[in-house]
Amino acid sequence: MTLMFNRRQALAVGTGMAAALGGLMSPALAKNDSEELIQKFTGGKTPTEGKIKLDLPEIAENGNTVPMTVSVESPMTEQSYVSEVLVVTDGNPRAGVVTFHFTPQSGVAEANTRIRLAQTQNVIAVAKMNDGSLFTTSKQVKVTIGGCGG
Amino acid sequence: MAAPRIKLDKKDVKKGDIVEVKALVAHTMESGQRKNANGETIPRKILNKFTCTVAGKEVFSADFEPAVAANPYIQFKFRAQESGPVVLTWIDDDGSKIVGEDKITVS
Repeated sequence: MTLMFNRRQALAVGTGMAAALGGLMSPALAKNDSEELIQKFTGGKTPTEGKIKLDLPEIAENGNTVPMTVSVESPMTEQSYVSEVLVVTDGNPRAGVVTFHFTPQSGVAEANTRIRLAQTQNVIAVAKMNDGSLFTTSKQVKVTIGGCGG
Repeated sequence: MAAPRIKLDKKDVKKGDIVEVKALVAHTMESGQRKNANGETIPRKILNKFTCTVAGKEVFSADFEPAVAANPYIQFKFRAQESGPVVLTWIDDDGSKIVGEDKITVS
């Protein structure tokens, strides 16, 4: 019986600790302006998951230069095309990474560049179509050496 | 400033073909987050805007933030419509421009 009680106590303490830690961690992560940037880009609408793909390494040894490819499944015609893609991160000192502007002449909604990641974090991409519909995806990248010079 | 390096995967194309552009330009992309030896913040100085026009028509552009790596590399595609120059322009925070050019022939 005593054992049982101890185990419960231990569990309770454990859960409490986790909650406390969670409480401490999340404001630290939410400090950057990623949500505001996404809100501004979407105009408050919630983007749907899918159609857009982020190609990033699982583990980036050097956060100073991480290759990133964004592609969106969409025809690129005057009637229907991807107009913009916003890429933000939730763990860099400043959330913004890059915004790609496509046109029907782009042919394919795909672009690649190299980005900086200060620490292990999520990279979030949001695509806006010419009719205003929104698609999103995100990917976590583990960073061994951070890349904002700090 | 060194000239940007631009590579098109093909230059003689049929109308409607997809051409891939790869471009690399030398620039420190100073993020504005780093500090020098005296603890003073090094001011931000990056290329904040990239534009590509083909035969005078804009086909692709990008807004860069400090989270774009030094010596920015960009790769994208466009659909060939007419022959003409492919002009790539990067705009610096200080207003100066880096311009690179190639051309395509559409048959």
